[in-house]
Parts: sequence; structure tokens; C-alpha cells
Amino acid sequence: MAENFKLRVNGREHTVSAEPNTPLVYILRNDLKLKGTRFGCGQGNCGACTVLLDGKPVQSCDTPLWSAPGHEITTIEGLGSAEEPGRLQQAFIDEQAMQCGYCINGIIMSAEALLTSEPAPTDAGIAQALERNLCRCGTHLRVLRAIKRAAGAEK
Amino acid sequence: MNNPVLPQSLKTNPQLDRWVRFNADRSVTVFSGKVELGQGIVTAIAQIAAEELDVALERLAIVPGDTRCSPDEWYTAGSQSIEVGGAAMRLACAEVRQLFVEAAARRFEVSPTELRVNDGAIELPGTDLATSYWDLAGEVSLARAATGAAPPKPSSAHAIVGTSAPRRDIRAKLAGAAYVQDMELPGMVYGRVLRPPAQGARLKSLDQAALRTLPGVIGLCVSGSFVAIAAAREEQAVAALETARGLALWEASEPLPEPGEIAAVLTALPSTRTITSSRHTPATSAAVAWREATYTKPYIAHASIGLSCALANFEDGKLVIWSHTQGPHHLRAQIARVLGMAEDAVEVVHRDGAGCYGHNGADDVALDAALLARACGRPVLLQWTREDELAWSPCGSAMVVKLRAGLDAAHRIVEWRHEIWSHTHIKRPGWGEGVNLLAAWHLDPPLAIPPAKDMPLPAGGADRNAVPLYDFPMHEVAYNFIDTMPLRVSALRTLGAYANIFAIECFLDELAAAAGIGPVAYRLQHLGDARARAVIEAAAAAAGWKAGGAGKDARGMGIGFGRYKNLSAYCAVVAQIEVAEKIRVTRAVAAIDAGQVVNPDGLKNQIEGGIIQAISWTLKEALQWDRERVTTRSWGDYPILGFDEVPQIEVVLIDRPELPGLGTGECAAGPTAAAIGNALWQALGVRARDLPFTPERIARAMT
Repeated sequence: MAENFKLRVNGREHTVSAEPNTPLVYILRNDLKLKGTRFGCGQGNCGACTVLLDGKPVQSCDTPLWSAPGHEITTIEGLGSAEEPGRLQQAFIDEQAMQCGYCINGIIMSAEALLTSEPAPTDAGIAQALERNLCRCGTHLRVLRAIKRAAGAEK
Repeated sequence: MNNPVLPQSLKTNPQLDRWVRFNADRSVTVFSGKVELGQGIVTAIAQIAAEELDVALERLAIVPGDTRCSPDEWYTAGSQSIEVGGAAMRLACAEVRQLFVEAAARRFEVSPTELRVNDGAIELPGTDLATSYWDLAGEVSLARAATGAAPPKPSSAHAIVGTSAPRRDIRAKLAGAAYVQDMELPGMVYGRVLRPPAQGARLKSLDQAALRTLPGVIGLCVSGSFVAIAAAREEQAVAALETARGLALWEASEPLPEPGEIAAVLTALPSTRTITSSRHTPATSAAVAWREATYTKPYIAHASIGLSCALANFEDGKLVIWSHTQGPHHLRAQIARVLGMAEDAVEVVHRDGAGCYGHNGADDVALDAALLARACGRPVLLQWTREDELAWSPCGSAMVVKLRAGLDAAHRIVEWRHEIWSHTHIKRPGWGEGVNLLAAWHLDPPLAIPPAKDMPLPAGGADRNAVPLYDFPMHEVAYNFIDTMPLRVSALRTLGAYANIFAIECFLDELAAAAGIGPVAYRLQHLGDARARAVIEAAAAAAGWKAGGAGKDARGMGIGFGRYKNLSAYCAVVAQIEVAEKIRVTRAVAAIDAGQVVNPDGLKNQIEGGIIQAISWTLKEALQWDRERVTTRSWGDYPILGFDEVPQIEVVLIDRPELPGLGTGECAAGPTAAAIGNALWQALGVRARDLPFTPERIARAMT
């Protein structure tokens, strides 16, 4: 049975009505029209749907709606837009760190969490933070460069 | 009238207004049949068009792959988009420019050669005489056939081609809706398909009434063994799919061949043998020794990060499908056939999807969505599941490659026999007879699964790159074509080239070692093609190549080379590896000659990606099956290379702006696999001939 839930996403309050076990990814994409969070596997394995819950990366495909209220949810749209990209988005543009791009927003969310807790990460630290993110096109090196660039931009 | 000099795309679509349109807001739209797959082609084609038209890149929009307006350019496949699509766009734009310049010359009563085009303005230098494409649009009709007679600019005059223009699609993708998966239409519902539990299983019964009462369920499409469900909300469609799985009863099917080692599986299946290439020139010396070795490659998955997805909508008797297909025109024809509609009542509009490496589920899901949209009378966004993506979309064919070389007294190769066991490597919708769409085979009445027909040489399918590029006086390529396909196969990046180059280049190293000659020197001894030699030498130099025998310190360096299809880009890769419990590629250096480079950074991106994907194939990937079905169902079953496993990569571009651009999207894969195999020999002194090089395989090879 559908129930009402209050969500705080990218600093804004929303009320949504859905079945409590609905994966958060569908709520973000279909109810709140935040399409930048991608659906990849629905099995919590690929990281394409990564969003931040109180600053920590979670896979929104295996985060049930009922667990989300009371937390601050951040999606890629919370970091910037096409017109005004955030520091990570800008770094990915600068490095042309994209092939198909489908995995990238999830990666950026993992990287955002990393840079918040570790402003100057090592290569190994970045790779570890991306442990749950898959990329199939092979854009890994550009992704790593872009994250380092964003980290440098903070200084 | 067909002009023989025209590229295929211009022969098929000769009308210039099919390629270029000038808009009232002083912008230009160009139309391309080549679509964005993540390879950056839309940016590169836009560069070519802007260059020939002499307009700023920002002024130019590109509409790729829309059957309503774009030219039919076959598939976006085979590393052909620059070679054929780019060449056609270049000639079309050069001719458009010439027509407008001639019109301006008539107006100003000057010679066309005196005029200059500057961001769309056509000017007589030194005067204030000026007009523009837009001013003259009423006078110059583009509703005419291209002649191919207008010469494109010489490469020395290029200002846009040859630069690393940034990708046009990056910003939107980093921010929000950008893919077909993100589309919405008013009244749209969400669709899912229930696939049979085993290949060939037939639906016996399904309680449709029970399904229809589930929360949110709007409609069903049940025909034969095809079951699709539409629901108001996406999670409701997913829940209904799970319920349907429990309700459906299926009839078992013919069992699949017993799984096992690929060489045993493939050679046990019936096949027909054809010699697909041979060469016999008078031998300068006789073979006195023979060596042979057999290499295998498993079935591998596209394994894109996104799932196959399409949006279908019927409106006023017309069906519009938004799809990440590689061949919108072919898809349109096939779907019209299945639905019994006129072809012009179906339109297919390309929208970007997740990375596409060949014939995946993109076309199948378009038919799924169309069937469900027709059944429930609503626009349907239908997406596959990860399980079905791995188990039901076509995969790359497995291969066995047996090589035999005859050597003369000086260890030179004088005979070369390359024998392949494999299935077709292409079974796309529109390729060959019949309908190659999954749902069409499940409907009642079902359409027959069309017979398989591989792509012939020179491009080749299973035998792509089987013809040696080396100067062997005698060669013979035999193809044992296996019609029985335990798994559904079709085109996956490189077709047979990955396995053939892997085998050839590893075998050459074996022969070099037996001869006591270094791998680079041995290759060069047999290779006259100057461009081929140049990439091998460039890669070796950039990598700091060290010749050496079988090492024992678990580190190794290996080289692999190939010219993709023997027609496209030249590529040599040097890989350095370290072996502990598993193989780790620590560094890869590639040298590429792709003729004229349109976008150097885009090309590097393709090479880096090609190398990383090939490392993943080579070290990790193989689809598994049992007697009933593909058992690979999740990323857990199908690991790919992770961020902690990627090597440093250096790409050396040998730019030859005066030579035609050559396709590069697939050239790095085979050389990478061979370089790793050869590095493994240096590291451990073992020859690994069966892909992938998993820790278990390496351990077995060492005992």
C-alpha cells in the first residue's frame, strides 16, 4: 500500500506517495524528475545509481524509500547543472572524462563523498572509494585524473 | 545516377538536403545516420561538417539517426563512422559550400575562387560585398543529388578537423536527463518483459486475470511465449514481473550443449569448412619444420552499465520509437514487418543509451516496447533487467583458432595455416534474411529464427583479421562455420579480430622464441608494410622495449600488433604485467596510425577505452551456461576490470593528415590481448592460450 513520505533532497523538502519498499532510485527519477541518477543493475552492484545519504554514498537501487526520511539526500543535480557545473562536474568536463557517460554520475557522487572526508586523496584512496562503481567503456584513467583535478581545485 | 567515387552513405542518400539544412536563425543543421554510442562520433562528424562548410562549430547542430530526417547509413558499427559516414558528410558539405559560393559569385559577378567563406558569411575580400548561406538559401536548392565533384579542403587548410573539440554531449549527461531511459511522455507507463526461464522454453499457462489485478498494472501483452507487463509506476512493473515469474508455467526445451572447455564444446558441434582466404606465391625456401598451437576465446557479454531500453508511442496510426539502436533504418523495417505495418508508419529516433559495443539488446527492447504500447494503448518506456541483459541479449561468439606454421632453415615463416571454429559474428536485424528480434521468435505465431550468415572477407566475421598482414609466401584461412549456437550470438566489438589477432600475435612470439629472435625483430623480418612497421617501432620505442626470453621474476613485457580488418587503423600495443595471485597489467603503451585524425583527444579516449576493455576481456570475462540457460545473471557472475586494476596508458598518435582517416574504435583490442599473453611468457615462462587468463588457468598452465 502506498504511504506518504517526506524526503529532503538537494536541500528541498518533498512529499511522495509510494509503497514503502520502493527503491529510492525510482522515486528520485520518476517522482522528483531527478533523472541524473542512473539505473544500472537494480542489484546494488554497479554504482550507477549512487547518491549521498547524509554525505555517505549509497546505491539508491537497494535503498528502500522507507529508510530515506530524516536524512539529507544529495543527487548529481545537487552538485551543479549543465550551465553551472559543480567542481567535480567541471573537472570531468575539463578532462573530457566520459565515453558513454552512463556510469559517471554515480562515480561523481562517490567522489564527492571522498573529497568531503579526504580533500587530498591518494590514487589508491580514489580507487578504493570507487570500489563499488563500474565503468565499461574504459574511461577509468580520465575519471581518476578528473577527481584529482577537482581535489586540486579545492586548494 | 551513382557516381563511383561517392562513399556508400552518399550513394544511398544522394540528396544534399538529406545532409544539410540552413535555418532561419542563422544556424546550420546537419543530419547523420551515424549515432552516438559513447565513442564521441557526433562531435567528430560535426567537426567535419563545420570544417567543410566554414561555419563555427557552435553554429552547427547535428541530428543523428532519426528515420524522419537523417540519411540511412546502415549501422553505426565496424569502426566505419569516420571512414564512411565522415567521408560522406565531408563530400556533401563541400558540395553545399561550392553551390552557395557559386551563387554568390553570380550575384557579385566575380569568380567563385575570389570569394571566402567565414563562419557562414560569403565575402569578397577587400570589399564590403558579402552575403551568406542564409541570405542565399532561397536561391540555392539543396533538393539535388550530390555529384561528389566538389573537392573537400586540403588537410593543410583545416582549422577544426584535427583539433580536440570538446564532446558536445558531456554537460547534459553530467547534470540530468540525457538518455533514452530518461525520457517521458504524457500518459506514459513503465514496461517489463518476462523472459522464459530457459532458452527455447514455451509458455504453457499464465494467470493473466491475477496479473491484471496487481497494483498499478495497466495492461499486458501475452502472445505465445512473449509476456510484457505495463504499470503506472516503475516499481509496480517490477513487482508485477516478479509475481508473473511465479505464476507462469513453462514447457521445457531442447537442452543446450554440455558446457565445458571452449575447444571441446565448439569442435564437437557440426560445422562446414570453407577456405576463406589463401595465397600461394612461389616459395623462395622450403619448410623444414612445423609448429602448431591452438587458442580459444569464450563467449563474452556486452555488459553495458545501462540496460536496454526504448520508448514507444502510437499516435494517429503512426508508431514512433526512441531507441539506442545502432541501425535506426533497419530497426524500423524489421519492426514494421513484425507488426504488419507499412514501413513509413514506423519511425525510429535515436537517443543515447549506455555504452554500446555491438549488437546488444537495443533493437530487441524496441520491439518489446512497441508490442506493449500497441497492447495497452499508452506510450511505454520499457527497460530490461540486468539478468536478461546478460542472459538474453546477443553475446560475442566463442572461437577456436588453430595455427600451423612451416619454417625454413633460417626460421622464416614460409607457410601459414589459420583454422577457425566459430559461429557467425553478426546476426543484426536487417543482416541477412528474416527478422532478428528476440520477441518476434516468441510471439504466436512465431517468426522463424533466421539462418546465420557471417560477414564475408575482406571485412570478415569470425575470420576478421585471420588473413595475416605479414608477408608469408603461403597462407590459408579455413573457417569451420558452426550453425548450432548454444548461446545467442551476434556482433560484439571487433567480431573475430580480437581472437585472431590474439592467436596470430602470440603464435608469432612462440615462433620467435623458438628461433631465438626477439619478438619485435621477428615481426619486422616478416613485415614490409611501412605503416605497420612504424607503429610497432613507435610502440616499442615509447615503451622502452627490452627483448628477453622467458623471465622468472613474475614481471613481463609483451607486444601485439594488428591492422583492424586489415583495412582500418594500425595499432601496436606493449603491455607490462606483474603476476602474483593474478595478473596485473601495470602499463600499456599503444601506437596508432589512423591516417588523418579528426579529434586527437577523442581518438585517445577510444584507444584508452579499447585497451581497458580488452584487458578486462582477457583477464576476466566468460559467459557461463548449463544445459538449460545462460547462468551468468549479475555483475557478481561477470566481474569486469575495476578502478584498482587499470594500468597507466600512453597513446602515441602517428598523425598522417594527408591520408584518409581510418576507423579506430576497435583496433586496440586484439593487440592488447596478445601483448598480455606475450608478457605472461616473459613473466612466468608459460604459454597461456585459452582466454580469459584467470588465476586458475594460469596455475593450470604452469603445472
